Amino acid sequence: MLHIVNKSPFENSTLDSCLRVIGATKGGALLLTEDAVYAATKGSAVEAKIKAVSGNVLVYALWPDLEARGMQDMCIDGVKFVDYGGFVDLVAEHNSVQSWL
Amino acid sequence: MKFGIMVNEGPYTHQATDTAYMFAKAALEKGHEVPRVFFYHDGVNNSSSLTDPPQDDRNIVNRWSKLAEDHGVDLVVCVAAAMRRGITEGNLAAGFRISGLGQLVEAGIQADRLVVFGD
Amino acid sequence: MSETTGGVEFDEDSAGVVKKFMFVNRKAPYGTVYALEGLEVVLISAAFDQDVSMVFMDDGVYELIKGQHTKSINVKNFSPTYRALEGYDIEKLYVDKESMDMRGLTVDNLIVPVEVLTAAEMGELMDQQDVVISF
Repeated sequence: MLHIVNKSPFENSTLDSCLRVIGATKGGALLLTEDAVYAATKGSAVEAKIKAVSGNVLVYALWPDLEARGMQDMCIDGVKFVDYGGFVDLVAEHNSVQSWL
Repeated sequence: MKFGIMVNEGPYTHQATDTAYMFAKAALEKGHEVPRVFFYHDGVNNSSSLTDPPQDDRNIVNRWSKLAEDHGVDLVVCVAAAMRRGITEGNLAAGFRISGLGQLVEAGIQADRLVVFGD
Repeated sequence: MSETTGGVEFDEDSAGVVKKFMFVNRKAPYGTVYALEGLEVVLISAAFDQDVSMVFMDDGVYELIKGQHTKSINVKNFSPTYRALEGYDIEKLYVDKESMDMRGLTVDNLIVPVEVLTAAEMGELMDQQDVVISF
C-alpha cells in the first residue's frame, strides 16, 4: 500500500498515526506531500521516526512541495524525491493507496 | 490505468485541490485515464462559477473546467454537499455536473486506483 | 437516476464487481463536518453490495461515543445512524486500540459493537483493501 500524508508533523498527529501503523507492518511506501514534506527535514525532531520506518517502507517526498517551501537542501539522506509524474507512478505501482486525512 | 480522484477541500484555502489537479494532469500526460473527479465536503466549491481570483494567480475553477474540456474528465459535484454550501445548477462552472454519492462509489469500483485529496 | 444508488444507473462495468472498501474516520464529530458527511458516503455504499469496513482512529473514535445530546448546540445528532449500519449489512466496524487507550475509552463507552485492533492488525487490514476513502 502507498500511504500519503500531507500535514506537517508539527501541526497534528496524522504522520504519527500513519507511522505507528506502517511501522508495525512490512512493505509498502510512504509519500510526504504538501506540508508533510517538513517531516523530511534533517535534524528535526521527526528525523528519527522517519528513519525508524525506513527499514519497513520506502519513504518519498514530493519534490515540487519541498522546493516551494525552500526545504530542498535540508532533507534526510535516504528520502527519495519524486515529481508529480513519479507520484502517479507510485500510485500505479502499489496495489492500493491511502491518504491519511 | 484508470485513476479516480476525490477532492475534499475547496479552492485556495487548502492545497488539496492543487495537488489533485497536478496529479490528474500528470496522469493524463503519462497516458493514463482519469475518468472521474468527485468533489465532496468543501470540495464542491471548486465548481463555483462565481470565483474571481487575482489575475496573476492560478484560476482553480477554470483549470478544472479545461481539464474536462480537453480530456473528457467527468467532474462530479456531490448534490448533498453542494446544497449545503450553495452550489446549484445556476452557479456551476463549465464541465461540472451535480450528482449523487453513488458516483463516488462507482468510481471506486470501476477505477484501478482511487486517490483522495483532502485535509 | 436512482436515488438509492446516489444517481448511478448501475451499468455492466460495475455489476458483479465486489471490492474491499475501507472508510477511515480520524476526526471527532460536530467540530467539523467530516464525520457526518463521511457517514453519508458509507450509507450510499451499502447499495452497491461491496465489502465495506469502517475504521475509527485517533479522534474518530469519539464519533461512536454513547449519550450524544446535541440540542444545545443546535446541530443534528447523527450518532444513532451508526446503530442503523447493521441494517444496511455494514457490520465491520474497527477501532484502533491505542487511540482508545490514549483517550481513556473502552468499548463500553461506544454506541455500537466494534472490534478493537492493534496497530499491526490495523496495518494488515488496510493492506487488504482495494479502495480506502478518508474524510
